Amino acid sequence: VNALPILRHRDGALALIVLGLILAIGLRAPVFVTPASLVGVLTDTSFLFMLTLAQMAVILTRGIDLSVAANLALVGMITALVSRAHPDLPIPAIIALAAALGALLGALNGALIAFIGIPPIVVTLGTLSIYRGAIFLIAGGAWLTSKDMNPAFLALPKLSILGVPILIVIAALVSLCFWALLGYSRIGRGLYAVGGNPAAARYCGIDLGAQQFFVHTLAGAISGLCGYLWVSRYGIAYTDIAQGYELTIIAACVIGGVSIAGGVGSVQGALLGAMFLGVVVNALPVINVSPFWQMLISGAVILAAVVVNARSEKRGGKLILRKARIFAGGGAQT
Amino acid sequence: MSLSNPAQAQRYEVADRPPRRLANFLLRWETILVLLLVAVVVVNARLSPFFLDFYNLSDATFNFSEKAILALAMALLIIVRDIDLSIAAIIALASLAMGLASQAGAPTPALILLGLAVGVLCGAFNGALVTYFALPSIVVTIGTMSMFRGIAQVVLGDQALTKYPASFQAIGQGYVSDKLPVPISFVLFLALAAVFGVVLHRTTIGRRLFAIGSNPTAALFSGVPVDFIRFWLFVLMGLMAGLAAVLLTSRIGSTRPNIALGFELEVVTMVVLGGVSIAGGSGGILGVTLAVLVLGLTTFGLSLINVPGIVISILNGALLIVSIGAPALVKRFLRGQA
Repeated sequence: VNALPILRHRDGALALIVLGLILAIGLRAPVFVTPASLVGVLTDTSFLFMLTLAQMAVILTRGIDLSVAANLALVGMITALVSRAHPDLPIPAIIALAAALGALLGALNGALIAFIGIPPIVVTLGTLSIYRGAIFLIAGGAWLTSKDMNPAFLALPKLSILGVPILIVIAALVSLCFWALLGYSRIGRGLYAVGGNPAAARYCGIDLGAQQFFVHTLAGAISGLCGYLWVSRYGIAYTDIAQGYELTIIAACVIGGVSIAGGVGSVQGALLGAMFLGVVVNALPVINVSPFWQMLISGAVILAAVVVNARSEKRGGKLILRKARIFAGGGAQT
Repeated sequence: MSLSNPAQAQRYEVADRPPRRLANFLLRWETILVLLLVAVVVVNARLSPFFLDFYNLSDATFNFSEKAILALAMALLIIVRDIDLSIAAIIALASLAMGLASQAGAPTPALILLGLAVGVLCGAFNGALVTYFALPSIVVTIGTMSMFRGIAQVVLGDQALTKYPASFQAIGQGYVSDKLPVPISFVLFLALAAVFGVVLHRTTIGRRLFAIGSNPTAALFSGVPVDFIRFWLFVLMGLMAGLAAVLLTSRIGSTRPNIALGFELEVVTMVVLGGVSIAGGSGGILGVTLAVLVLGLTTFGLSLINVPGIVISILNGALLIVSIGAPALVKRFLRGQA
């Protein structure tokens, strides 16, 4: 098929699908495609953009981080509590605290994985419960609402720079950092090397443990940052915020073409995957579809995306044993 | 190569079983779990006078038997390097089907069959995607998890189905007999554990599962029908999820869209704590059964002294990490010594 070159590129095709989706929704409900509404969609999706990029970095090394949402919720609660206890704390200090706390929680994951050698899925499954439980413990099971937070703490997500909401600006900055990190830094290229072929990466002198420690710390820092932003945006902190969000994040990665087997994934792909889910979630109420459909739709999209990805990942070459090839494509997890 | 030369014959002698030594026995994962179980019982018995009571302990099994049944099938899947994160969503879907059928007036046997059938269909759907399309099971089952529970959410919205016949509710709430007040669900788990144990450890099917988990390509070249077995394991997982749905729905007597939410991660925790390697190829049913008891009795004992459930989940998370991390650390240390 010699269609437009853009269609042959996976990310280009996904971008067209997202665009087509937005236009189709616009036909049903023109209000959805107004600039204000689209900016609203982007703002709502900012968290997913950042967390998807962080998760992608982990998945590139053949890992997975199930604890990001729990990390986000825990850091969000701690920053809310700290801000309540010290109302005069400047916002930059709170942001730094959030990122540092998140990085610490992520580093704990990273240390258990890299230095003790427990599989990432086991470690983050464990810390998922621990971090969630910790929220309950430190807050005594209480809910903090916007009444418990001071105005400065709540003000940040409502700011905008040159008319662009600050959440979008932050997500754009984070994306830019990831683009530079993954594409143009030694450590970023190392992540692809480790995920693509761990043995070869090792012979090249790339330390898998150091890479794992780095990506989990990074994912933690981003989660922590999102924790503060989430709590201040929605004005509420309790044990269950962002519950199950880790799977939405992984879904965005998968839709964006990040291979769960490691070594494959791009910043623009991950962003498009997140954008797709963001559009679906935000469009449903606009076109009068019950929000209860959201889960079903995202599930179907994930399955469609993995099937498409698996087809496009098939390389040309001589098939010696069909069944062996089929197996090589699947089976392995984490 | 002739074996007439005795020296040569000796050189190629392969010991097929390591010698039985006390150290090996003590370092076995099952031994550690038994010690852990004893510790849990002793600590809990000291913390609460109500712990070591036959009726209390018997009733405590209600709370983990459904997850325990799921853990058995999950262990087999993880042994062949697969995983199924959609089990809780399958429970929701099967429970939904039973709830709707029950409202339409279906009798108890039909409800049970329906629940099991929905489970089998969901499992077959997972298995087909994983084997036919050659997709990684973790991604497929994250997708089907959203889909199955999504269907339940679309149909139920924020409603609940609560109309079930009394004979149906008796399954999940009932005891074996008046003389033996042990929950039916727990006895079912023990019976299934015995069957799974025999199949996994004493039949060629079981050996094949370990072969697939250790090296799928080598297993395929050795004539093991790898994808065929993996497909049927997903179907089996679905069947067990259907069974768990029957037990859970009849025990709580209602179907809500969030039924069994988060079961998948608890079940994976049970399996991994039971000594099944997440990388596949090793593990056993005895270990999983012991892990089920350790986790179940910890939860029961702590709730007796009014520890909130979320705090218990911290302990379970820590238990998972420490129990997998400590042996890894010891091994690393021993290797450093040698």
